[in-house]
Amino acid sequence: MSALVQLVDVSKRYGGAPALHSTNLTVERSKTTVLIGPSGCGKSTLLRVIIGLTAPDSGTISFDGSQITQANIDALRHRIGYVIQEGGLFPHLTARANILLVARHLGKSPEEMRKRLVELCELTRFSNNLLSRFPIELSGGQRQRVSLMRALMLSPELLLLDEPLGALDPLVRASLQKDLKEIFARLRQTALLVTHDLAEAAYFGDGIVLMNGGRIVQQGSINDLRERPVDPFVSEFINAQRTLAEI
Amino acid sequence: MIWCCASRNDGFPVRQSDGLVRWRAVKKTRRLGSRRSLIAVLLFLGVACAHAQPIVIGSKKFTESYVLGEIAKHTLNDAGISAEHRQGMGGTIILWQALQGGQIDAYPEYTGTIVQEVLKTERALSLNEIRDALTKFGVGITEPLGFNNTYALVMRRSEAQRLGLRTISDLRNHPELKFGLTHEFLDRRDGWQPLRARYALPQQNVIGIEHALGYSALASGSIDVKDAYSTDAKIGEYDLITLEDDLQFFPRYDAVFLYRLALPAPAVAALRKLQGALDEKRMIRLNAEAERTKNYTRAANLFFGDDRASTMAPGETFFHKLKRWTLRHLELAGISLVLSVIVGVPLGILASRGGTIGQAILGFAGVMQTIPSLALLALLVPLPFFGISVRTAIAALFLYGLLPIVRNTATGLQDIPRALRESAIALGLRPMARLWQIYLPMASRSILAGIKTSAVINIGTATLAALIGAGGLGEPILSGLNLNDHATILQGAIPAALLALLVQWLFDLLDRVVIPKGLRL
Repeated sequence: MSALVQLVDVSKRYGGAPALHSTNLTVERSKTTVLIGPSGCGKSTLLRVIIGLTAPDSGTISFDGSQITQANIDALRHRIGYVIQEGGLFPHLTARANILLVARHLGKSPEEMRKRLVELCELTRFSNNLLSRFPIELSGGQRQRVSLMRALMLSPELLLLDEPLGALDPLVRASLQKDLKEIFARLRQTALLVTHDLAEAAYFGDGIVLMNGGRIVQQGSINDLRERPVDPFVSEFINAQRTLAEI
Repeated sequence: MIWCCASRNDGFPVRQSDGLVRWRAVKKTRRLGSRRSLIAVLLFLGVACAHAQPIVIGSKKFTESYVLGEIAKHTLNDAGISAEHRQGMGGTIILWQALQGGQIDAYPEYTGTIVQEVLKTERALSLNEIRDALTKFGVGITEPLGFNNTYALVMRRSEAQRLGLRTISDLRNHPELKFGLTHEFLDRRDGWQPLRARYALPQQNVIGIEHALGYSALASGSIDVKDAYSTDAKIGEYDLITLEDDLQFFPRYDAVFLYRLALPAPAVAALRKLQGALDEKRMIRLNAEAERTKNYTRAANLFFGDDRASTMAPGETFFHKLKRWTLRHLELAGISLVLSVIVGVPLGILASRGGTIGQAILGFAGVMQTIPSLALLALLVPLPFFGISVRTAIAALFLYGLLPIVRNTATGLQDIPRALRESAIALGLRPMARLWQIYLPMASRSILAGIKTSAVINIGTATLAALIGAGGLGEPILSGLNLNDHATILQGAIPAALLALLVQWLFDLLDRVVIPKGLRL
């Protein structure tokens, strides 16, 4: 077992209200860890704390053995990919320019960038000739593929995904879920994914972390959660997600 | 083109044509980068505004002052001294400040005005007392030129006869009469308030109106009584009568020239030749001639017994003048706009971060725009660096242009969705890269709209630059206003309006170049 990210006693309050109580979490290498829970449970905050968009009030976060600080966060961000629900693509840049933005910023060679772009298009099943389109000219699913390519451009050790499929219709969502899972497996990608959909969590999650009210309630496999709930909330959360068969 | 400061520099005479050549030279080297050409423009202005050689005569914004200014110029030229006349620079304070600041060397003034407005005393002073007092300011005064142009109240002759009015005291019985007085008269220490007190005048309906417009208002019956100068040619032209100052309220307003004591002796001697040379009748005739022909040079020539048409204005065609006005106008609006952008966009970026600094910046820019443009010009004139110059006009336009640019830049940046802002951070882009590659392009539409607003406002406001002799399309508007000549006003107003439309259209084209395609789909 080797941990890529380790959070120790991390907490965050917004105004007076605690968004995250003192929390410990380990993200294992080459595994997909899924954060799940109702809205406002603190799962997005946890992700934002790791990428440095939110500064924690207390605790330490270490990445690959070294502690994340203001001084090294920019360098570390190049080793972390980040995908959000709406894609976060810049509307004034084409798909290609969005994907290559940081590589260009870091002065990568055009040859290297071209090769990587071909790889990524193949990996995410994105058509080459859509690369010169602007985000507004792409469908929601296409935008998320571009966003994923942008996040994977520098071959990051960690991929953070904040409800990446939340805004897509069910068909597109299902096909992207399948592609994503294949990509993670192929790249042996360490990923931390936030969702509120239990089926999605079960589909991706090597380990599931269920959160509520700013705390981690239970960690484990979907079976652990279903069969050995530590708390009535766990059962309640699991039962709330009806399957078609029950109706 | 009147490079009003260009002709005033030492050892490096930059004249209009040189200025244009250099301007073009600057344009040709555009490859060297726009920053360099901007510096060149600024340097050029700085050099051009350095110091003086020809004698500069100023005049106030009314016909008689224009004519006296032309006469002084003519006299100096006859004495072999190079002189230029900067027409219609504004009111007493602006001229006095310009004289003290050395932007002008001499201007025609009236003894009553000197005592009341410049020396600010209630006492009647003799000419010698005035001369002693002015010496302290480094200013000299000639003997009176020979006529007393005091203030007077005038009415339509028909109306005065109908009501049987002959003196100012007679006005007491007619509280219903409407007064339209010049702003200067309303505020003067020898103006409306003490006059009203002295005569116990009951009229309540008193408005402030520009001098030349006041005559039209009087003729059309919108007002019944206005202030005038006793040698005003319009008194005859509009068939008005002067109400007798039966309580001897108005002090004497003997016309004189004020000059800087630093002026070379021959120049002073030339001006002194005009002492006692102009009586009231002659002055009224010259004023009438100026208003009739719309040509001050010709009226001045009449004084020298020289009314040949050939010596009037050096044959400048209308299109030549239009080109001169328009180029100067574009220069005023253009340079000030460039400065507004250079300063306004960074201020807008700072302001977009909010907080005390952001509030302060937006507040400052907002306050600048609430100051009436005329007042802003008047406030800048006494400052050492500015004075009566193109710089002042550009500075005022620059301050005016700031708000739209600052506000639109700040709003454009603040309107960028948080998710996109955070995406830029999460990608690990450095702050400068985020600003240049993400934030500014995304806000470009809003920023450009602000610049467009500024440009159009500047084109309009630049017409006021003529008030301080900075030229531009305001020049014909101002002389037209002064001469009550609509055709002349339109010569400036129509090109200014067309220019504003043209600028708007050019900016619409610029939108397509500057705003990224992805934001226009």
